[in-house]
Amino acid sequence: MPEELAWFLEVLIAGLLSGVMYSLVALGFVLIFKASGVFNFAQGAMVLFAALTFARFLEMGINFWFAAAITLFIMVVLAVIIERVMLRPLVAQPVIILFMATIGLNYFLEGLAQGVWDTQVHALDLGIEDVPWQSVMDATNILISLFDVWAAVICGALVVMLAYFFQKGRIGRALRAVADDNQAAMSVGIPLQLIWAIVWAAAGLVALVAGALWGQRLGVQFSISLVALKALPVLILGGFNSIAGAIIGGLIIGAAEKLAEVYLGPIIGGGIEAWFAYLIAMLFLMVRPQGLFGEKIIERV
Amino acid sequence: MLYRESGQFKTSYKADMAIFPIRQDLWGLITTLIVAVVIVPLFASEHMIVGYLLPFMIWSIAAIGLNILTGYAGQLSLGHGAFMAVGAYSAYNLAVRIPDLPLLAVFIGAGLIAAACGVVVGSPSLRIKGFYLAVATLAAQFFSEWVFATFPWFVGGAASMVIDTPKMSLFGYPIESNLDNYFLVLGFVIVTTLLAKNLVRSEIGRAWMAVRDMDVAAEVIGIRPLYTKLSAFAVSSFFAGIAGALYAFCYVKSVDFTAFDLFVSLKVLFMIIIGGMGSILGCFLGAAFIVILPILLNVAAHHLTGGNVSPELITNIEHMTFGGLIVYFLIVEPHGLARMWTTAKEKLRLWPFPH
Amino acid sequence: MIRKLLVSLVSGLMLTATAGMSVMAAEEKSDPNKEQFFPVLSYWSGPFAPGGSGIAGGWMDYMALLNIRDGGVNGVKLTWEKCDFGYVTERAVECYERLKNKGKHGAAVFWPMSTGTTYALMERAHKDKKVLLHMGYGRTDATDGRVFPYAFPAMTNYWNQSSAKLRYIAQLEGGEGNLKGKKIVNLHLKHPYGIETIPVWDKLAARFGFEVTHLPVPWPGIDQKSLWLQIRKIKPDYVINRNWGVSCTVPLREAARIGFPRDHIIGVWWCGSEEDVIPAGKSAKGYITATFHATGPDFPVIQEIFEHVYGNMKGNLSAARVGSVYYNRGVAGAIVTMEALRNAQAKFGNVALSGEQYRWGMENFNLTAERIEELGATGILPPFSMKCDDHEGSGQVRFQQWDGTKWSMISDWIAPYHELTRKMILDSAAKYAKEKGITPRSGDSMGSDCG
Repeated sequence: MPEELAWFLEVLIAGLLSGVMYSLVALGFVLIFKASGVFNFAQGAMVLFAALTFARFLEMGINFWFAAAITLFIMVVLAVIIERVMLRPLVAQPVIILFMATIGLNYFLEGLAQGVWDTQVHALDLGIEDVPWQSVMDATNILISLFDVWAAVICGALVVMLAYFFQKGRIGRALRAVADDNQAAMSVGIPLQLIWAIVWAAAGLVALVAGALWGQRLGVQFSISLVALKALPVLILGGFNSIAGAIIGGLIIGAAEKLAEVYLGPIIGGGIEAWFAYLIAMLFLMVRPQGLFGEKIIERV
Repeated sequence: MLYRESGQFKTSYKADMAIFPIRQDLWGLITTLIVAVVIVPLFASEHMIVGYLLPFMIWSIAAIGLNILTGYAGQLSLGHGAFMAVGAYSAYNLAVRIPDLPLLAVFIGAGLIAAACGVVVGSPSLRIKGFYLAVATLAAQFFSEWVFATFPWFVGGAASMVIDTPKMSLFGYPIESNLDNYFLVLGFVIVTTLLAKNLVRSEIGRAWMAVRDMDVAAEVIGIRPLYTKLSAFAVSSFFAGIAGALYAFCYVKSVDFTAFDLFVSLKVLFMIIIGGMGSILGCFLGAAFIVILPILLNVAAHHLTGGNVSPELITNIEHMTFGGLIVYFLIVEPHGLARMWTTAKEKLRLWPFPH
Repeated sequence: MIRKLLVSLVSGLMLTATAGMSVMAAEEKSDPNKEQFFPVLSYWSGPFAPGGSGIAGGWMDYMALLNIRDGGVNGVKLTWEKCDFGYVTERAVECYERLKNKGKHGAAVFWPMSTGTTYALMERAHKDKKVLLHMGYGRTDATDGRVFPYAFPAMTNYWNQSSAKLRYIAQLEGGEGNLKGKKIVNLHLKHPYGIETIPVWDKLAARFGFEVTHLPVPWPGIDQKSLWLQIRKIKPDYVINRNWGVSCTVPLREAARIGFPRDHIIGVWWCGSEEDVIPAGKSAKGYITATFHATGPDFPVIQEIFEHVYGNMKGNLSAARVGSVYYNRGVAGAIVTMEALRNAQAKFGNVALSGEQYRWGMENFNLTAERIEELGATGILPPFSMKCDDHEGSGQVRFQQWDGTKWSMISDWIAPYHELTRKMILDSAAKYAKEKGITPRSGDSMGSDCG
């Protein structure tokens, strides 16, 4: 393989795998948006809360799976509390109000997570080595991180699980009804509160997985809540209410920003990743204003 | 009893359309102005002025700008910080590169440059709508950060890409002390508030609201969507630019590109949601809530605990209380603090004989 | 509805009232003449909490040690108040205003604790006559005390650090002559602090004939894959890790992924703490960073803190962090602060001092090896002195290496290329003076000579 091509492929693959890590965070947003039409600003804080809880339990010497189970349980309890205290009184309010409420939740969770645990950095070792995939490396001289591949596999499994759960069966049907129209769903007897609690709990699960995978890379500390920033362009490109959109949006954004940084960055000044993703999303929206998977907008007076 | 409009007759359409149709409101405003112009300078400590009032007033101007765009014209923006940055950097370059330019011209020039940038950023708003419009403004947000971090021309060649604002003087009077800065900012607050209040009551303001409520319908009744949306972007960015310039020149006195990051844009958005969308008063209430309340909570927690507990605990308490209060206020009154004020006024008008 | 409204109004009012009352209560003062007040601005929350809490902890512990062991400094009790600004410049300005008038003559010296805060407080502190002590960060050109009378980047600044790093690399390579043709990547955070050393590296590269590539890390630097792909292609001999917080850790993981040797990554001192390397696990082994103080608990002064402060349950940090990198940085900073205080007391008497008097102590600062030995801090900081036109003094840097469990010192004090940085500092300070309309001092009423 010519060297330039191999290099291009390496950047592309690295970008796609980075994109998977972005999608993972974006998934949490999508779940909640689907069920309640809310952009959950507190998703980053939920990642922090889950990862910090998990890391501290592991530090106490608790078995890996048991620690994961307790953390998940705590996230479920949290979801129920959020639904009770915050969402129930705000039912049928405009979306922007619910959005603002999640901002309040964000501050609260940040304070709570760091108050219960602490503000120090905690190492989180999942036992997956971040080393090159040697056989691919030998054959093609393309470097692919094993950790990234594992992350992609875990993310894929999570997506399949969530998709199955939310497309099939009673809960899946109820969820789609709620996503379509809150009021109508309630009027046919779908327990809105229960569905919301389930969705927030599922978002808690996604936050835990994302927090654990990012936490191995970054260490667990307040900064981990900033991974939410990476999910933002993904959501805008992929649409806020499509799981498939989150995955494909993540792949596009990941690949495009890495290629841009490597090929364009040195020419115009470097560090362009941050805005390039939005530029892509904007150009895309100029052509297709409803997003990647959105339905065509029909306007009536 | 005190708040009652009986006996105040409106004898002309003009009187009916006055900014403050009820006399008590006017008195309230005059009292506030007297407090701001006379009482505060006489009695407030430097800590009060610099710690609370300066940021409060500057953020209020920024919030008015965003409220015009988002609250009145219905265009969601997550790039308000970018326009503040453009204002701050423009003001710096105007002041340094044209040394003889009067101070007011520097600030107004900064606002105009920001307004021009606002028009450019707002141009996709005809095609992209609603939440998706946020992407154009977000792109502007990150792009401006990158530009001011990458090209030394904008900072006069400083290696660290930080600008130190030059000395200011207004009509030959040097603006140095915190009180001088306070008066300068106060002047801008009064002028911009009056400007905004009158703009939203005028023809253009009604056009903005028509577009906000339904842009297709507005177009049908003859409102030009392009002109209306872009004018909202321009006016909003003008306010943001002035706020950014004041932030740099009168408050922090030295800014870099991280001073106007995404969280600044979000902060201004929080202010108008908490304060009340489509309300000028709401901008001030929201700015007070977001800027002053956390500091008060921190100070209160510090003193209630005797100052001996760890500061991280105090900050965590501050965050939890602040977050809890946001949710609490939204549950009590989802339409913002300004609506709460309006409701209170309605009650007061009837009190004590509600039937 | 009315009830809810009233409840919220009343609770809001009460909250404001309590806050206001407690502010007033704090105005009370006690025995002011024999107390020196120190404001402790730092961050115990937010993305950089490990650094802020560690340094402030060391600093306060050293002051507590002096209070408990010696009853203060020459009989003047040390008092302090903490203010958490969470690395937000705006909150730091509020903290500054909140604390600047505490104590008899107000606070004498501020440690701004972040680059943004240093810049923001520069003019205010100058006007209020408060010393800004920013050791190892902040404004590099404040080294020129003729333009910046109240700012002290004591011990060492960023530009000298970068040049000292190069001298160290030259040592590793066996002489300055061997630098020719080498490749160095300057991986830096796209943030004022990260950007500011670019000109120094360019000048050094021109002088010694090596090749330098500047790779900016976009804030907050949690994903640096594209940069390390480029590094893999460039194949540099050394990578400079100039990041902060979480973005310090990511390069170590990324280096492991592409197989770049960790002992060829030279970190800035803000990327050289336990908190930066522990999350990277095994990937961090062999990583080298600069530092301007020694690390570890094996110094008499740290042992005394254990005995007197933690023994009396007066510690400001969890005991496990005593002797860590940030902690010792705080102790080193406190030693400089207190020695300057003694200096000023020798001239102005053993009473509460003002910022102006304190500045005299800083400008006539001379820390000898004997005095360091007396303090039980040999190795923690080098002997150095400051003058009116040199607010830095030393500029010397040591290097430490992470062996997987702890930092160990691997070099002695290494001097920077002063002659190269000095000119840049003077140029930059002159530009500041011109913009702000400051006339650089030549003589000085307070007695320090600026000839």
